Amino acid sequence: MGTSDRPLSPHLQVYKLQLTSVLSILHRITGLALALGTLLLVWWLVAAALGEGAFEIVQNIIASWFGRVILLGWSFSLFYHLCNGIRHLFWDIGLGFKLSATYLSGWLVITASIVLTLGAWIWGYASMGAFS
Amino acid sequence: MNPSKEVIKHWWVQRLTAVVLVPLTFWFVSSIAGLVGADVNTVRGWVANPIALVLLLITIFTVFHHAQLGVRVVLEDYVHAPWLKGFSIALTKILAVTLGTVCFVAVITIFFTS
Repeated sequence: MGTSDRPLSPHLQVYKLQLTSVLSILHRITGLALALGTLLLVWWLVAAALGEGAFEIVQNIIASWFGRVILLGWSFSLFYHLCNGIRHLFWDIGLGFKLSATYLSGWLVITASIVLTLGAWIWGYASMGAFS
Repeated sequence: MNPSKEVIKHWWVQRLTAVVLVPLTFWFVSSIAGLVGADVNTVRGWVANPIALVLLLITIFTVFHHAQLGVRVVLEDYVHAPWLKGFSIALTKILAVTLGTVCFVAVITIFFTS
């Protein structure tokens, strides 16, 4: 049975967005983005195995403004998915289901994701000597 | 195979790989952050360390397993045409195994040629 012509009751058009639903779909979106990003990881490792020429190419692409934008998106996805994943693991053992706790952990996840992303990028720039 | 047994197993493996990936991710990111803009020899030197090698191999395996399970759930949610559903899930698994193996081989190659 494939998709049918019967009408669906509206959901996205009518249901008010809340922190819970937004963070939930964001977990899925970042997961997909991370899966896509493994392609870059493969490329990077293979290039390192092949040697200088191949490696320089991928390093230059990453260093370009386009590459950095992708890397920023990917690194934020990583930290968000990691933090929200931990939030999920707490739910899996039965903790934190109260709505107030859910909202608190939700905001914690957003904050932690931003802080960790910034921290990683500052570290990265520092190791390149940007602050010396 | 009993489908509910498979679903339960999928659930557990997803959680197990997730738990393992928490510390591994922090390790991986901190390693990479120090390698930003590095030349190929520095990166290869990092891989050549036996501890980094083992951690990297575990990370690669776990990431691709976790990713494959996650993508599978998304496909199950949104793809309904029966032939397309099975095909896309199978393709995801093949991709994960192939890319994971490629990474494995690349890392081992670096280790033995550094």
